[in-house]
This record gives sequence, C-alpha cells and structure tokens, in this order.
Amino acid sequence: MKKNLSYIDSVHRDGRIWNIGVMILLLAFPCTIAILFSVSPDWGALGMGLIATAPMYWAVGAIETVTFVPMLGAGGSYLSFVTGNISNLKLPCALNALEQNEVSANSEEGEVISTIAIATSSIVTTLIIIVGVICIVPLTPILAAPVLRPAFEQILPALFGGLGVAFVSKNWKLALAPIGLMLVLFIFVPALNAGTVGIMVPVSALFTIGIGRILYKRGVL
Amino acid sequence: MEFHVNHPIIFVIVALLVAVVLGQSVYFLIKALKRSKELGMDQKKIRKTIKTAAIFTIAPAVAIVISVITLSKKLGLPLPWLRLSVVGSMSYETVAASNALQAMGQALGSGGDLTAQQYLNVVLVMTISIMMGIWLVPVIGKKLQNGMSSLGKRDAKWADIFSNGLFIGMISAFLGFVFCDVSRLWDAESRFITETVIENGKEVKVQVPVSATSGLIPVFVLLVSAVVMVICGLLMRKPKLKWLSEYALPISLVLGMAAAVPITAWLG
Repeated sequence: MKKNLSYIDSVHRDGRIWNIGVMILLLAFPCTIAILFSVSPDWGALGMGLIATAPMYWAVGAIETVTFVPMLGAGGSYLSFVTGNISNLKLPCALNALEQNEVSANSEEGEVISTIAIATSSIVTTLIIIVGVICIVPLTPILAAPVLRPAFEQILPALFGGLGVAFVSKNWKLALAPIGLMLVLFIFVPALNAGTVGIMVPVSALFTIGIGRILYKRGVL
Repeated sequence: MEFHVNHPIIFVIVALLVAVVLGQSVYFLIKALKRSKELGMDQKKIRKTIKTAAIFTIAPAVAIVISVITLSKKLGLPLPWLRLSVVGSMSYETVAASNALQAMGQALGSGGDLTAQQYLNVVLVMTISIMMGIWLVPVIGKKLQNGMSSLGKRDAKWADIFSNGLFIGMISAFLGFVFCDVSRLWDAESRFITETVIENGKEVKVQVPVSATSGLIPVFVLLVSAVVMVICGLLMRKPKLKWLSEYALPISLVLGMAAAVPITAWLG
C-alpha cells in the first residue's frame, strides 16, 4: 500500500515540475521574440485582445480542469493539459484503453493504462504534426482538397458514434436519462452548439452522477 | 534582426519547445510502463494499448495538421505548429488570433505580412488566454485525485458509478451536440451559417444559407460510426477475430469520416 501511494505521489511531484516548467518556457517564447527582434507589444491592443479572449477561456479552462482531471487520472491530466485536444483526442483515447483493458478508472492499473494511452497519443500527435510541418508543401494540396473537407469536418460525430456504442452498451441504465436530456436540450435550445458543448459537459456529468446516485440507492445499478 | 513570420530562428525556438513537450510525454510513458511491470500487469495487453492509442490518434492528428496549414497562411508555420502541439485547438487558436489582430485593425484571413509587434501581440494573447489548465492542474489536481481515491476506499462500487457517470455525462453532451442542427428541418430561420470573409482587409460576417437537411449530416455520420462499432463488437466475439478489439474504435472513426463525404454530398 505504501508503494502504491508513492507512485501516485511521484506522478504528482513530477507532473507539477513538468507543467510549471513548460508554462515558464511557453511564456519565455514571446519574451524571446521581443528581445530578438527588439520590439515591445502594442500594449493597448494587447489589453483589448486579452479582454476579448482570456476571461472566457480562463473560465472554460477552470471548468475543464475540474471535470476532466477525475476522468484522465493523475499522469494523464498533467500530460493532457500541456498537450491539449482533450475532448476530441486524449480523453476518448484513455476511455477506449480503460474499456479495452477492463480496468476501473479508480484503480492504480487504470491510472497506469490511461497514462500510457494519453502519452502514446501525445507522442504520435506531436510526431505527425512534425511530419506535417516538414512536408507542408507536398501535403497541402492533398489535405486541403475540397473532397476531403467533409471527412475532417465530421470528425467528432465519427468519433463519438463508436465511442458511444462501446460505452453506452455497458452502462445503458445509467446512460438513458442523460442522453435523453442532452438530445432534447441540444435539439430545442438554439444557443447550444459547437461553441457551448464544452459548458454542457460538466452539466451533463453532474446530472448523470445524480441519476447514478438515485439508481445506486435503489439498487438498480 | 529583420522579422518574418517564418524566420529560421523562430523555427528553432519552436522546435526546442516542442521537443520539451515531447520529452514530457516520453517521460510519463516510461514511468507508467515501469509501474505496469511492478504491478505485474500483462505486458501483451500494455503493448496492445499502445498500438490502439497510436492508430486511433492518426486521423485526429491529421485534422490538427490541417489546422496548422490553415493558420500558417497568416501566422507563418512555426507559431501554429507550437500552438497546436501545446494546449491549443483549431477553434481556440482562431478566436485568439483574430481577437488579437482585430484589436490592431488586422484580420486573420487578410493579406499582408505581420510586423514583429503584431506577431508579438498575437503570440501573447494566444499564450496567456489558454494558460489556465496548465497551472491549475498542478494546484488542484492532487486534491481532486485524492478526493476520487478516498471515495473509492469508502465505497468502491459507488466510486465506479461516479467515474462512469462522468464518462457517460461527457459522451451524452457530445451526442447531444451532434444533433444541435437537426432543428434546421423545421426551423427555416436556422438554415444559415455565419462565415467570416475578408472585404477590403476587414473581417466581415456574412450569413451563408444551408439546406434544411444539412443538420442531419453529423447524425448520419454518427450512425455509420455506431453501426460499424456494433458490427466490430459482434465480430469480436468469434475467437479468430478477437484481434479486432484493438482496431474497433479507429475503424469506426475512419469509416465514419469516410462516410461523411457521400453523406455531405447527399444532404448538404
């Protein structure tokens, strides 16, 4: 048990060092640009740009942290919040790995599996982007071809169809109510769209947990 | 030094930053692999997990490359490369970059080269506005995780229902999102999308009409992907086809995406 604790603790220690380190490096990038090309920001425009962007994304970032960390596991969280693309890539990847290995997200095996899946996914993503950057000239006409456009526009439905079947079929009693609620809300409330789906994730998660509590207390689950 | 959005020195800096992030992923991968051996986990299954994760990642990663290409027209190649390798996503970077540019009377889709100052402003807005998660996880991540594990110690079954509830909740929200434009079938007023075009160097929002059935495109794509997954699930029951379990999600993803091409031509 002691060893068990020490692995998770070391993940938190290393994750904190890495994430704060990467954050400092990311902030050093604009500073380096400023020094190398001897420019200073247009402060007024910077203020306006930040006011238009930061408050909303900070709020989204805070909500995402609270919602996604329990799903991603410790190692997966530190990695995912550095490498991004969480709901469309890292989280589905981790969920699929947990499901495939039939381990609980709350076990240490689950923690290890989701870290392995997310780390692999991050490495492959980074490498593919590097290939894309190197081969941008020959790749652009292929990837930007109009005929392929619909395929990449519909990546989320194509992803959540398969993932939905895999997960809902194993938890259908728990899934009925939240799927019903989300379908009604998204179909009939015009304000709910691609831009607001991120806000609906915690709403839907809280609702599902509430339903889960009721079903559990009644002995249905 | 004379500034250019594709200046070699910017490429070098970005390559270094990307290398550090790659290093973090490799570090955590090795750490978790070591732990899996200590725990006596089946290494065959671990290799399968790596294979599936790698294959599954290809299509979404190619979509990210397309975002890099799109953004590179105005911002040069290194900045989108960095932004989409670290934290970012296409929609966020587009919003952040256009907000930064708009404040200086510029537009993301317009021609003309960025000055060093404009570039610096874009970099700062993009970097600062997405900073939340990267430091918040170190601050509250451990508390959240400890909360989950103490829940697991008190009542293991309820803890499993709790995490399944989180997963199902997220999946339900995205399933709902797939249906968000179905109302175009009966609501004539929703049959347009707002697109940003460039007129005289300024961003102008125009409303482009779309067909009543266009809202069904994602629904049909979802159905194709779901049906493929069901078929894979049935085939996997045969011992000879058990290997399919590694590829089920990537197969349903890619076939769903492929189906989007004829479905869009039909309903769009």
